[in-house]
Amino acid sequence: MFGFSRAQAIAFLAMVVLIAVCPFVLYPVFLMRVLCAALFACAFNLMIGYVGLLSFGHAAFFGMGSYVAAWTMKTWHVDASIAIIFGGLTGAALGLVLGYLAIRRSGIYFAMITLALAQMVYFFCLEAPFTGGEDGIQQVPRGHLFGFIDLSNDMTMYWVVAAVFIGGFLLVHRIIHSPFGQVLKGIRENEPRATSLGYRTDDYKLIAFVLSCMISGVAGGTKALVFGIATLTDVHYSTSGEVVLTTLLGGLGTVFGPAMGALVVTSMENYLAQFGAWVTVTQGAIFMICVLAFRRGIIGELGAFLKISL
Amino acid sequence: MKISRRAVTLGSLASAAATIAPMASGRAQAVPTLKIGCLTDMSGPYKDLAGPGAVAAVHQALEEYGVSSKGFKVEVLAADHLNKPDVGTTIAREWFDRDGVDLIVEVANSGVALAVANVAKEKNKVYLNSGAATSDLTGTGCNANTIHWVYDTYMLAQSTGAAMVKAGGDSWFFITADYAFGKALQRDTTEFVTGAGGKVLGGVAYAFPGTTDFSSYLIQAQASGAKVIGMANAGTDTINTIKQAKEFGIKMQLAGLLLFLSDIHSLGLDVAQGIVLTDSFYWDMNDRTRAFSDRFTAKVKGVRPTMVQAGVYSSTLHYLKAASAMGIEQAKKDGAATVARLKAMPTDDDCFGKGSIRVDGRKIHPSYLWEVKKPSESKGPWDYYKPVASTPADQAFRPLDKGGCSLAKV
Repeated sequence: MFGFSRAQAIAFLAMVVLIAVCPFVLYPVFLMRVLCAALFACAFNLMIGYVGLLSFGHAAFFGMGSYVAAWTMKTWHVDASIAIIFGGLTGAALGLVLGYLAIRRSGIYFAMITLALAQMVYFFCLEAPFTGGEDGIQQVPRGHLFGFIDLSNDMTMYWVVAAVFIGGFLLVHRIIHSPFGQVLKGIRENEPRATSLGYRTDDYKLIAFVLSCMISGVAGGTKALVFGIATLTDVHYSTSGEVVLTTLLGGLGTVFGPAMGALVVTSMENYLAQFGAWVTVTQGAIFMICVLAFRRGIIGELGAFLKISL
Repeated sequence: MKISRRAVTLGSLASAAATIAPMASGRAQAVPTLKIGCLTDMSGPYKDLAGPGAVAAVHQALEEYGVSSKGFKVEVLAADHLNKPDVGTTIAREWFDRDGVDLIVEVANSGVALAVANVAKEKNKVYLNSGAATSDLTGTGCNANTIHWVYDTYMLAQSTGAAMVKAGGDSWFFITADYAFGKALQRDTTEFVTGAGGKVLGGVAYAFPGTTDFSSYLIQAQASGAKVIGMANAGTDTINTIKQAKEFGIKMQLAGLLLFLSDIHSLGLDVAQGIVLTDSFYWDMNDRTRAFSDRFTAKVKGVRPTMVQAGVYSSTLHYLKAASAMGIEQAKKDGAATVARLKAMPTDDDCFGKGSIRVDGRKIHPSYLWEVKKPSESKGPWDYYKPVASTPADQAFRPLDKGGCSLAKV
């Protein structure tokens, strides 16, 4: 199914069971934050893990998705599903424009171009009247899904977010394991060779980039609905950095790594909050430990240990 | 030394377990228990003006109120919102939903503050803000569960603008951070300066964020011939403007529109001397504030309280009085009723003296304009301010009908 190997199918089922059980044990709003971060990291992983391009500007797509979803929700009072779709489309449209410019370079130049473009988006969000500047868009209603499911209840919202996440996760998985995804991996391994085989590599990269941005936008839009806010934090470059950290920690180029990374990073932010300044220190320390001792990330190391690909 | 991977794993797991273990302990008491959550910035730009000192202020209020002898208990939680609204709202929601927190205090950072105000309303709990600047908390973003305690942008602009003109600084030049907050500060302050008979000779907006070199703006300001430079910015930008003004030997008076005692402390008197700024509380203001500050300094070594920390103390104390007057069970049940009670009772404490709370959630007290002393005038550590002017309580804040608060129209 969906190109899952046996080990991946088991891991996927385990993940679905966890998603179903966790809200009865842990706080659902916290879990929704984890799921949004996980979806964002999955989208990011599509670029870094499978195309081999490190984007340092993914916060722009995440944040714009979140702003547009919040704004449509608050101003036009649209259905929640429409708002999330708007978020995704915004991410995709922005990704198409920025990607068209950035995709021509790779390595550090690609990272720098995406960072620069994302900073422009940040400035736009800071200045544009509809974003509310510093204060962000506040008091966004959660509204209804498909006109009749009231989302103001945390548990209802949770199931919707879980569905969005699993949908996005399967989409990423499908992309990776499609013939299109095979070409992407070919480009990652040896771009000149892919070109010599007759693939227009720039087009492939651009499509992958747009898909990644679209999923980021969906993640941002969902997050805006969950918290009822869209703020500058989401477009700030530290968010771009955090998603890099998340993906590295979970395991670059693994299917389940980003979700695991998101769980770890978000839990740290949440449960270390009472220890004050230790959040950032611990994040730094864990990142160092990961880079020194677990270069393949949590899931990557686990997979290598069990000799399976997760 | 070779670091083995297994050792690192075991080590990190052990330390993780050690940090998580104490969190799981202890619940359920028979005595009625109030829970207060102090949500603040523990690691970012507002750490010094709120942060750990704010948590200490909550504890100080509990001790001085003598909770243990009043037949109920109070638990205090503290957390870092990292200046991220989503982190702040998740913590606030979890506190209200899971931990049974009844009151959230502090919350520096306007974006987080507005978000938490909405959560408090949704969950019908109490939220007493001290650290945020935005006047929207008692304006368009006001609600029946929120009180804004210490200051807001209107108070700062009015006191620094109007009081400054009366004190002789009647021509202004603005250096403004080019975004909503900076522009709003400049607009509001301009209104007060001209309203008081002063003149604004010009202004320059610089790109925000990212500007670190203010020299050309300072030269422009000097060339304008104005007496006062209004710094319509905040945080490191203000600090940089002040330092560079000193380096360039600018002789004009600098007016900080959002500047705290902790900023002056880190700048040092040599650099900061002559700056005027507005605070609603200064530790060396009168006998009561000195007594309060001495008690605070005994807890937090080597530091004098900022107005935000004083506000946390004052608001917690007032909440305790109201909660015990209306009954702990009642106070836990209905946040809006508790806030109504808070508004009905006159406030009185060592930090802000006698005051009141308006229907829109605005705590009312006088505001003061201060000038930073010269090093030769300072008699000891933390002796930084001398008074310039004051605005009486009934004029210090935005008039009730101007804020656009829905509670004020009834």
